Amino acid sequence: MTNALWYLGRGTGVVTLVLFSLVVALGIATRSARPVFGLPRFAVTWVHRGASLLSLVFLAIHVGTMLLDPYAPLRLVDVVLPFAGPYRSFWLGLGTIAAELLVAVLVTSLLRQRIGRRVWRFVHWAAYLSWPVAVAHTLGTGTDNGSLWLWLVAAGCVGLVVACVAWRLSTGFAARPREVVTAELAGVR
Amino acid sequence: MTATMMHPGPLLSLAAAGLSEHVRRTGQLPWQGPGGRLIGLLERAGLTGRGGAGFPTWRKLAAVAVGERPVVIGNGAEGEPASAKDRTLLTRAPHLVLDGLQLAAEAVGADDCYLYVPARIADRARQALADRAGRDRFAVTVVEAPDTFVAGEESAVIARIAGRRALPTDKVDLVVRSGLRGRPTLVQNVETLAHLAVIAHRGPAAFRRSGTEAEPGSFLATIGGAVATPGVYEAPYGIRLGGLLELAGGPATQPGRDGGKQPLSAVLVGGYHGAWLPIADAVSAPMSRAGLAPFGATPGAGVVHALPASYCGLVETARITGYLAEQSARQCGPCRNGLPMMATTLHRLAAGERDSRLPDQLARLAALVVNRGACHHPDGTVRLVRSALRVFAAEIDLHLAGRCSTVEGRR
Amino acid sequence: MKLRVDWTVCDGRGTCVELLPEVLDQDPWGYPMPKDGSRAPEVPPEAEPYARRAVAYCPRLALRLVPSGR
Repeated sequence: MTNALWYLGRGTGVVTLVLFSLVVALGIATRSARPVFGLPRFAVTWVHRGASLLSLVFLAIHVGTMLLDPYAPLRLVDVVLPFAGPYRSFWLGLGTIAAELLVAVLVTSLLRQRIGRRVWRFVHWAAYLSWPVAVAHTLGTGTDNGSLWLWLVAAGCVGLVVACVAWRLSTGFAARPREVVTAELAGVR
Repeated sequence: MTATMMHPGPLLSLAAAGLSEHVRRTGQLPWQGPGGRLIGLLERAGLTGRGGAGFPTWRKLAAVAVGERPVVIGNGAEGEPASAKDRTLLTRAPHLVLDGLQLAAEAVGADDCYLYVPARIADRARQALADRAGRDRFAVTVVEAPDTFVAGEESAVIARIAGRRALPTDKVDLVVRSGLRGRPTLVQNVETLAHLAVIAHRGPAAFRRSGTEAEPGSFLATIGGAVATPGVYEAPYGIRLGGLLELAGGPATQPGRDGGKQPLSAVLVGGYHGAWLPIADAVSAPMSRAGLAPFGATPGAGVVHALPASYCGLVETARITGYLAEQSARQCGPCRNGLPMMATTLHRLAAGERDSRLPDQLARLAALVVNRGACHHPDGTVRLVRSALRVFAAEIDLHLAGRCSTVEGRR
Repeated sequence: MKLRVDWTVCDGRGTCVELLPEVLDQDPWGYPMPKDGSRAPEVPPEAEPYARRAVAYCPRLALRLVPSGR
């Protein structure tokens, strides 16, 4: 039973990272304001939102099992307070920080209509902070940190997000520059 | 511009720059007491807003009066470059405006009172307020308006007074219900306030003696362009545009010739957000909402600008549209993207580019920007451009054929 | 209900146009264009759920449903 908890905790941790990476990628795709993979814009947003809620579920299981698992070093206080734990406090603390930022991003998104665009957007930027911290936490904590499969999964996640961020920063990101459209409208070619 | 007093109505005939002369002419402030008595007087008088929209003043006051802790703002920010009547009034009859502000504040039970004026007359306004200590019951704060076209727009006024930039904002609720910091707010043009003071003085019947049944009273007109004596004049609503031009001395004389009158080709009514009327129609068109409606025009804030036949209407419209595009607050996509391109297209047409698609492209751009902004800046610009497409249709054909009437006329 | 666009916020991302094709077109710049040419287009009752979704999905929070009387 305790072994099962241990595996569940590690597994859900890895799944959370994979989902989180997908959510970041989909978020950038949403921002691009164009259909992606044949999905209309609203569907890209829908998948982005759905995947983020799913990642929250896996995050909850990950943290919950770590709390219940007698082998795991996580105490209730470590869920809220980073770097306080006795065991691998640095790597574990990163997990706490990543999780708290992620929860902040999710909660403000759920309250988006009420808190207004500015606050929501400001907090949403924290995703870019939370994600690398989550990657570091995944690689630095726990018993799997030397294993090849974990490194491969992490490399896939990093590759995906880095590619999307590079796309986001590229000049071709905007669907169609408005000046070009305007020039066409006025017959200037 | 110099203003003359050829046809003074109540505002200009009562005008006095100093307080003692003002008191001599108008007497003590006619306080109306509690209970909104003034609102009833304004309803009977039929006073409408003189800032351009022409909304019944009593209805705005009544709406603001029922709210909690109302705010009253006298709006003297005259962003329109073709208009000079608000600053003329604030210079020549500041106490008439300030009387109106006090009476409006009394009528709605205002908690706060502001006067929003361009920086160059703010000191004069502060001095006038200081002179009135003892006459006034409501303290008035002077706030300086920037010299931009949209700074006088109602939501921009409120934004500026709240300490933000003077830019229009999205109106979720009516300003009379939720304006400055969410409080019910009366934003009233300074000329409207001056009329309000005169009505409190002389009663609604005297006000109704001039003007039309639907639009009673007089208004201040800024008459400019090719007229002999451009300036600010007071005239009753319903006066024909030809009569207004005569107030300003009629068409200007020919430059460098024997003193003959310049022929006019068109009149721009309502300012830069207004509409062109061909001179043949303009002469007999009454300056009123009903009278100008057939031409897609309104009296607006009383601007009348005469275009001489020697100046191309397309060139003038292109110039104005270029100015309006520059004055876009660049907040709303259709306005930010559409107005500069409308200006460019008009400039090409005016400059004689023989591309027969240009008029259609203008019409298409106009349809793309109209009704699609937080304020009426795109709508007003479209009104001007569409009227130019109608009124200068023959000129457009000439330009597309590589000619221009102003050049032909001189041959 | 009527659909109101806060033009100072709208960035023309196009989500609303996909969800409400019976009410909105997309202009060449990408901004929503009410099909009836009005300032705040009327939303037919059968399209109201989609209008609500458009409001919730607008990435800029630029949309709002208001009662028709206003």
